[in-house]
Amino acid sequence: MTRQRSLFEIIGPVMVGPSSSHTAGACRLGGLARAILGGTPCAARLTLHGSFAKTGRGHGTDRALVAGLLGYAPDDVRLKDALELAEGEGLAALAIDEADLGDVHPNTARLELTDAQGREWVVQGSSLGGGDVEVTLVDDFPVQLTGELPALVVVHHDQPGVVAAVTARLAADVINIAGMQVSREQRGARALMVIETDEPVPDEVAASLAALEGVAEVRRIPAV
Amino acid sequence: MAYASFRELLAAAHKHGTLGRAALAREAEETGTSPAAVMERMGASLAVMEGAIAEGLADTSRSRSGLVGGDAALLVSATPRVVDAATRDAIAAAIAVAEVNARMGRIVAAPTGGASGVVPGVLTVVARRVEADRDETVLALLAAAALGGVIAARAFLSGAAGGCQAEIGSAAAMAALGATELAGGPPRAAGNAAAFALQGQLGLVCDPVGGLVEVPCVARNATGTAVALVAVELALAGACFPIPLDEVVDAMSHVGRSLPPSLRETAVGGLAGTPTARALAAQPDRPADRCTEA
Repeated sequence: MTRQRSLFEIIGPVMVGPSSSHTAGACRLGGLARAILGGTPCAARLTLHGSFAKTGRGHGTDRALVAGLLGYAPDDVRLKDALELAEGEGLAALAIDEADLGDVHPNTARLELTDAQGREWVVQGSSLGGGDVEVTLVDDFPVQLTGELPALVVVHHDQPGVVAAVTARLAADVINIAGMQVSREQRGARALMVIETDEPVPDEVAASLAALEGVAEVRRIPAV
Repeated sequence: MAYASFRELLAAAHKHGTLGRAALAREAEETGTSPAAVMERMGASLAVMEGAIAEGLADTSRSRSGLVGGDAALLVSATPRVVDAATRDAIAAAIAVAEVNARMGRIVAAPTGGASGVVPGVLTVVARRVEADRDETVLALLAAAALGGVIAARAFLSGAAGGCQAEIGSAAAMAALGATELAGGPPRAAGNAAAFALQGQLGLVCDPVGGLVEVPCVARNATGTAVALVAVELALAGACFPIPLDEVVDAMSHVGRSLPPSLRETAVGGLAGTPTARALAAQPDRPADRCTEA
């Protein structure tokens, strides 16, 4: 029982079939993972769980996830041929399998990705129905990232002042924070911020965040 | 927020003139866009629907699983023998879109991918029949979407939540409402048409063979379209379904919540549980025979 925000969520989205959850949602999930990496991965291992594993291939879930990783939108007709197009787009090594990922949403996929710099990422997320998605894990960090608002993913060192410095920098540019999560591996170790903002964060602001002491990586996730 | 009841939508229609104009006004207000931009965007969706109909009518290939494909082309290649040409065209258009969806082509979810054929099937054919202009057809789509918003607020629009009645049933109700307005029926008659359409599909279960959006989904787009057309005819003739639309939607919600999980998209019960369905699901690459034995 949900109140929709727009009539275009009722008649819409425009999408490649057959399923808003198993196809369009999977594509958006792949697109969010691509944004976290900052580009097309050169290697990807996709693990499908639950209903994604059971009926995913028949719904093109595998193709849709890959299409998202390649930067195709859910209504891009190339989605259907994403597996064949992957190599030409730079995704050279692709493996897809099925496994039980534990107590997670039935439509869940785990994406183990290698970016162009050789850095390995783990992005796990779920398709919640109607094309809505949620990234629930980035590397070992539990997150909640829906793509409804633009977001920043900031990998940083867990030390006093980093969170304040990041939010102060955003405030200085009058960028309003709509939601924020901070998690860490352990005290004083690697940590992760997910910051949802009302407006997209401009290039120069993202660059200045990356230059802050204690900040390791900054990724901008567009609203999708 | 979308309209939460048909009552509320009807009151707004009396203020704005039609259900479509009431839907347009609320959408523009809620999303902070101009009415012209809303019209243009829904017009673009209509163009995608028309593209899917044309693609589906011309394509005789099967889906990847081999379970569906080619029935829309079969329908338009034969002379209709029982229904009139317009009814045949609406059914063919609905199947065409549903087949495009199953083949991983481009469609507009209405309200879902699995039920994406009904609204375009009904509205494009009724628009042609009554010689409606493009703006009127777009307004009918907006009216249909507004009813979908009401159903989403009071019940659900997914087979996993409420069975096929929530998908094809909602699509038929939305299409019937939009088409009645398109044909010149007053807002109250349009609501009546939606009530007639939805009551006819209460209890319809979601039982996809092999878990795929193919069998019976493609065929249900055709039967849902026929139900919608019957509902429009009844309402335009002045017939009145005695249970108000909001209460029919609430009944759909109760029925959906009473359905066991086996009949809500899990591919366990209903047609999905038949011996033939199980055999097809076990061999997804085996093309289904058209009509073998009785």
